[in-house]
Amino acid sequence: MKNSDVIIQTTTKVVFFMIFLFSIHIFFAGHYTPGGGFVGGLLTASAIVLLLLAFDIQTVRKALPFNYTVIIAIGLLLALGTASASILFDVPFFTHAYDDFRLPLFGLTSLHSAMMFDLGVYLVVVGATMTIILSIGSDD
Amino acid sequence: MVSVLLLFAPVAAALFVPMLARRVKAVHTGWFVLAVPLLLFIYYLGYLPSVSDGRTHIAELPWIPSYGISFVSYIDGLSLLFSLLITGIGSLVVLYSIFYLDKTKERLGNFYVYLLMFMTAMLGVVQSDNVISLYLFWELTSISSFLLIGYWYTRDRSRYGALKSMMITVFGGLMMLGGFILLYLMGGTFSIRELIGMAPELVQHPLFTWALVLVLLGAFTKSAQFPFYIWLPDAMEAPTPVSAYLHSATMVKAGLYLVARFTPIFAASELWVWMVTSIGVLTLFWGSFFAVKQTDLKGILAFSTVSQLGLIMSLLGAAAGAFHAEGAAGTIFKFAGFAAIFHLFNHAAFKGSLFMIAGIVDHETGTRDIRKLGGLMALMPVSFTIALIGSLSMAGLPPFGGFLSKELFLTGMLSLRQLDLFAPASWGTILLVAAWIASVFTFIYSLYFVLRTFTGKHKPDELPKQAHEAPAGMLIAPGILAVIVIAVFFIPNVIGKWIVKPAVAAVQPFLFDSPAAVDVHVAAWHGGLTPELTMTIGVVLVGLLLFWLLPKWQGLYGLAPEALSLNKLYDASMYLAEGGANRLSRTYMGGLIRNYLIYMFTGIVIIILGSLVAKDAFAISFEGLSPVGPAEIGLILVLIAAATTTLIARKRLTAIISLGAVGYTVALLFVVFKAPDLALTQLAIETVSVALFLLAFYHLPKMSRHDEKRKFRIGNAIVAGAVGLMMSLLAMSSVSQRALPSISEFYKETVHSEAGGGNIVNVILVDYRGFDTLFEIAVLSIAAIGIIGMIRLRLTRKEDGHEKQ
Repeated sequence: MKNSDVIIQTTTKVVFFMIFLFSIHIFFAGHYTPGGGFVGGLLTASAIVLLLLAFDIQTVRKALPFNYTVIIAIGLLLALGTASASILFDVPFFTHAYDDFRLPLFGLTSLHSAMMFDLGVYLVVVGATMTIILSIGSDD
Repeated sequence: MVSVLLLFAPVAAALFVPMLARRVKAVHTGWFVLAVPLLLFIYYLGYLPSVSDGRTHIAELPWIPSYGISFVSYIDGLSLLFSLLITGIGSLVVLYSIFYLDKTKERLGNFYVYLLMFMTAMLGVVQSDNVISLYLFWELTSISSFLLIGYWYTRDRSRYGALKSMMITVFGGLMMLGGFILLYLMGGTFSIRELIGMAPELVQHPLFTWALVLVLLGAFTKSAQFPFYIWLPDAMEAPTPVSAYLHSATMVKAGLYLVARFTPIFAASELWVWMVTSIGVLTLFWGSFFAVKQTDLKGILAFSTVSQLGLIMSLLGAAAGAFHAEGAAGTIFKFAGFAAIFHLFNHAAFKGSLFMIAGIVDHETGTRDIRKLGGLMALMPVSFTIALIGSLSMAGLPPFGGFLSKELFLTGMLSLRQLDLFAPASWGTILLVAAWIASVFTFIYSLYFVLRTFTGKHKPDELPKQAHEAPAGMLIAPGILAVIVIAVFFIPNVIGKWIVKPAVAAVQPFLFDSPAAVDVHVAAWHGGLTPELTMTIGVVLVGLLLFWLLPKWQGLYGLAPEALSLNKLYDASMYLAEGGANRLSRTYMGGLIRNYLIYMFTGIVIIILGSLVAKDAFAISFEGLSPVGPAEIGLILVLIAAATTTLIARKRLTAIISLGAVGYTVALLFVVFKAPDLALTQLAIETVSVALFLLAFYHLPKMSRHDEKRKFRIGNAIVAGAVGLMMSLLAMSSVSQRALPSISEFYKETVHSEAGGGNIVNVILVDYRGFDTLFEIAVLSIAAIGIIGMIRLRLTRKEDGHEKQ
């Protein structure tokens, strides 16, 4: 991306947030409508890939200073932790719990421990996709 | 219990040998070792009175009780005879080896450890009543014999001989194990005594013949019977004490022991009698015939051992034949078993002494080549005397023990003619004639051995060393054996009463109730010209004539082509097993992944289609199928077009793009079939993977021929077509005969009430079956880390400048 692509870069700055928000939406909606951690993660990753296409790797790294392998690890930990937390409550491994809560800002909300697991999936997918693309992309 | 532990006494003593060999340099290690067999010998002598009364002693040490496997020391006449031989000759051999092996030049620690290990193994073989522990000790004899033959492991011939003996005896051992297991399947017990008790029922069993043949294979390989004798001549590379001990007196007799021990079980089978006798006589004849060809002293003795083992084997066959003869106890049939045991004892004595003499000659002249030796009589008078006694006993002349056993042998062979087991009735006579001719050759090689070595012209120039008499210590052991050889002739009935008869009663329990019932009286002079005596006189006369003419006809041996010998057969089979297997695997393990894939796909097609046909599982029914809409038809047509393009594309870029088309069409199919989650994921994944393909395409090296059209291979097309056909048939058949309704109703009903969700797919993924998802994200992580690994490691290698190519 040596030549300055003003149009693409400017568009990207807008579109990135749209894709990102859409991926978040897909992720949260997964329990009731199509979507979920996997697709959400892939979409987030593609949003970052769009950044990569519009800018260069150094810029993206500076903008999003994440170590994606650590994200993979956090995702795995989260998923495994959610799955095994049920043992503490003396129910079988991987038993989820859910209930409705009245939260200060959201009002009556249904919270489900499966969401934590899905968050793990989401993080692993984002981390793995970005790791693969960055590893290959930065290899000459 | 004590007697079981005593089996392990030698091996326990062996633990201390290396320490003694290393620390105590002043005294030859053999002196310490000598105590072990000597004490055991004295201990076993103590059993003689009770065993000769017909009593048996048994002690048991459980090993794996849940499988009925235990170490048993069962002492009856037969095992006592063998135990005495093992410990007695063992003591003499250790004594001899003290003078034979140099304490500064040889690794004595190794030698005595192996020897003591062998002693335990051998005692275990002969005293075990449990076939599994018998097998354990049996293999231990093979292993320790392997170690002893390869004692001078820097010599090629030693290693070759050790390997050969190992291959053959272990082959036989494994066969024997198979036989034992069959016996267990038939009788339900590992105990030989109990199996003997069941013998009448076992004969009826369909597995009986297999067990018989397998056990015999074990016995024949160990006892160097035809055609397995070939390892024994090569085992002569071992130190001479080892040859004297293992390959004449003890180990090679393990097979004889086995045959003798199992005679009560198998004697009822005619095949047993027939095989044991015929193979024995064949070995006897073959060994004696080729002994005269040898030029190496130990070679002569090796072939003579083979021949004598054949003799004993044939007698054991005849002893089993007594089972089939009416009123055998009253006829000359009863002699066979007695003769076998009697000769076994005699052979151990004279062959041990002869090997020791061969070792002395080797030690004092530096060569064992009979063509270089001669005229040693005056230089080595004591050795000559002992050799003469041993040889004449071997030849079967009075006044030595061999004469008596030869007479008994001929009696046993004569009795075979009364047996109507053999298919051609004249077979018994043929065996008798073969045995007689073998006796002639035995006579010739006995004379050949002793006279060519000790008489004639002395050739000091050809000898590597100045010949002189051996030290007294070396002569003690063969001297004692020579005294026994003579004593046997004068007191045969004493030995018969104490040693031979209890053993015969153990071998032929169907004939004799107790040792006292064995009413065989051995006499040197039967009074008058019996057939046996006539035959012996014939042997002597013809033998003397042939020996006198030996230089004229010994050249005949050169006529037999070497390429046709059994050794060549063994070498060829070893070469075939090694090189042939190598070549065979090279034909199909070419290293081409394409070929391996062809094997795999062909295998899958054959297995699946084969089982579909075999189980008659083809079923195609159109019942309950959904109607096909225009959208599906259109998408499938696009899919087919894209897939075909991928296959026939000339350029890789076209293939990648059309593969992407396939992926997106599949995503559309998911849409049509109402799988939004799948469609979303498929779209995203397809995009990412097409991008990765393009990346890989972009980095392809320039020089090779990527743009060439792939060659059409008819074989690949057939395999691919078959796989497609197989999968279609399988899918159709499985859809048509769905046995159970789907469980998806459960998910539909409970997705909200139980799991608090609305998207069944996602709830299944994270809740119902989240376990799978957990490991799928693990797979994804591993893939990502793997890619990091591959790319980063390559980078560092590049930096280090170590990259190849």
